Amino acid sequence: MEELVYDSVYLRREDFEERPDSTQEPVLFETWDPNAQYAWDAGVAIGRYLQDLKAGRLIGRHCPECDRVLIPPRMFCESCFCATDHWVPLEDTGTVLTFSRCYVTWDMVYLEDPMMPAVIEIDGAAPGMGIMHLLGDVDPDALEIGMRVEAVWKPPTDRTGAITDIAYFRPLEPAEE
Amino acid sequence: MYVKRMKRSNQRVAVVGAGMTKFVRRAQETSKELSWEAAHLALASCDLTLDDIDAVVIGTAPDAFDGVHMKSEYLSDSCGGWGKPVIRGYVGGGTGVFAAIQGWYHVASGLFDTVLVVCEEKMSSCQPHPQAAFLTIFDHTTERPLKPNLLWIFALEMNAYMHRYGLSKRDIATVSVKNKRNAALHPAALLGDPDITVEDVLDSPVLAWPVQRLDVSPVTDGAVALVISASHVARRVTDKPVWIEGVGWNLDTAYWTNRDLSYPVYVEEAARMAYDMAGITEPRKEIHIAEPYDPFDYKELHHLEGLMLFDKGEAPKAAADGVTQRDGDLPVCPSGGLLGVGNPIAAAGLMKVGEIFWQLRGEAGARQVPGNPRRGLAQAWGDLMQVGTVIVMGV
Repeated sequence: MEELVYDSVYLRREDFEERPDSTQEPVLFETWDPNAQYAWDAGVAIGRYLQDLKAGRLIGRHCPECDRVLIPPRMFCESCFCATDHWVPLEDTGTVLTFSRCYVTWDMVYLEDPMMPAVIEIDGAAPGMGIMHLLGDVDPDALEIGMRVEAVWKPPTDRTGAITDIAYFRPLEPAEE
Repeated sequence: MYVKRMKRSNQRVAVVGAGMTKFVRRAQETSKELSWEAAHLALASCDLTLDDIDAVVIGTAPDAFDGVHMKSEYLSDSCGGWGKPVIRGYVGGGTGVFAAIQGWYHVASGLFDTVLVVCEEKMSSCQPHPQAAFLTIFDHTTERPLKPNLLWIFALEMNAYMHRYGLSKRDIATVSVKNKRNAALHPAALLGDPDITVEDVLDSPVLAWPVQRLDVSPVTDGAVALVISASHVARRVTDKPVWIEGVGWNLDTAYWTNRDLSYPVYVEEAARMAYDMAGITEPRKEIHIAEPYDPFDYKELHHLEGLMLFDKGEAPKAAADGVTQRDGDLPVCPSGGLLGVGNPIAAAGLMKVGEIFWQLRGEAGARQVPGNPRRGLAQAWGDLMQVGTVIVMGV
């Protein structure tokens, strides 16, 4: 195949750096804070979910056709494509379906203490119905798939009606099961 | 779920030309210049000019990489789109193979005789890291407040896969080694390394356990283009047309935390659609060479199982036994894949289609698979871990 070769130079590392001896911006570099502000409607299902989170509860929606209890809750079942019919209070305990120990931020800054994201199957919902959340109060090396966990709620006065009203999930003590 | 018997188009469609730029960490060329280079090389490869092109398909992933909204319109001139019917397809990482599928149905529909498909990605412009472009794939209310990054979903999926089948990191690292070694023979590759070992992968820094640095494909700039023609044009243009025999694509639920992450059922559904169209009933015998999507090493294994080329949980053993080596029974990613050649998202998927084209024509040079392979498939994957795109080609 033909190879195209140009008589020009690649950007070099120093082209990205500020130059104290110059008023010039780094080459071809533009910092842009997009004025992108969004006011999201929580919607019918997630609106109620957030209200219940503020009250310290997890809640799901029931599908009358496949009989699954869905979390995160939705007003329709994506499998049966019908309206869900009622709310179902769920436990704030569950089982770790999968987890990670993440040592980097999105922009590749190293973290000394890893974040521990997990998918947690919530007790009272249909099998396999998980939500993404964080694990805490646990040795990162002690994490296991299948581990039983419970929500650690923020104090009621600190809750805002957000998924972060659960600070994290921590292992259930065997005696409490 | 895919259950329908595929109707086949009466219009046979072939890939007749292909071209690609070098895949590099930071190209000096702009995204327009990269697109033009790939398009120019593809046209030159089959002695056609833009006058022979009836329509253009552009594949490129998030606009946010370039910081240009409606990037395909921005790229259209460099893709040969001026004054022609142009469409952009976008299914995240699945885009590269999907663009070839779009090229196929432009021609199979009878609307056009010859279509130019151009896929381009310039990820390096996005600072400080192109992962920023992916932060908004998560649900704004139920997920983003937890400050997720893209690595999480791969780490969560990889851990679920390893746990389900009792796999070790060592079982999976062989894929990264194979692909980076394969890429050492690819003239356009970014990360070919003939000497890399499993220990190198296992000793690389942990990013998001179980994902380590050498389990991951690199940030890359590059472009790839194909020329796709109806049979009457194809036979005139080349004596080695590579026929598109089957295509399939399928999307899983966006409620990804409700899925069994250990198996890509959507890849299976896409493969069933493509095999059905191609008349393939025993893919393990009838597919001679495969380019599954390998942005992470475990994904190649995951996808080989979804493509039904190995039983669930058995792909790692086959890889360890050398079955998927370039000279094995089923060569997998002989190009070097995304792990070795590089991962300019949409362009990487189309590179896989290009590799099958070159391999089936016997034009893959030093990386040519032995034994005159007659049928191959390329597959890509993307969106929120939920789309499978599959193309089966043969000579």
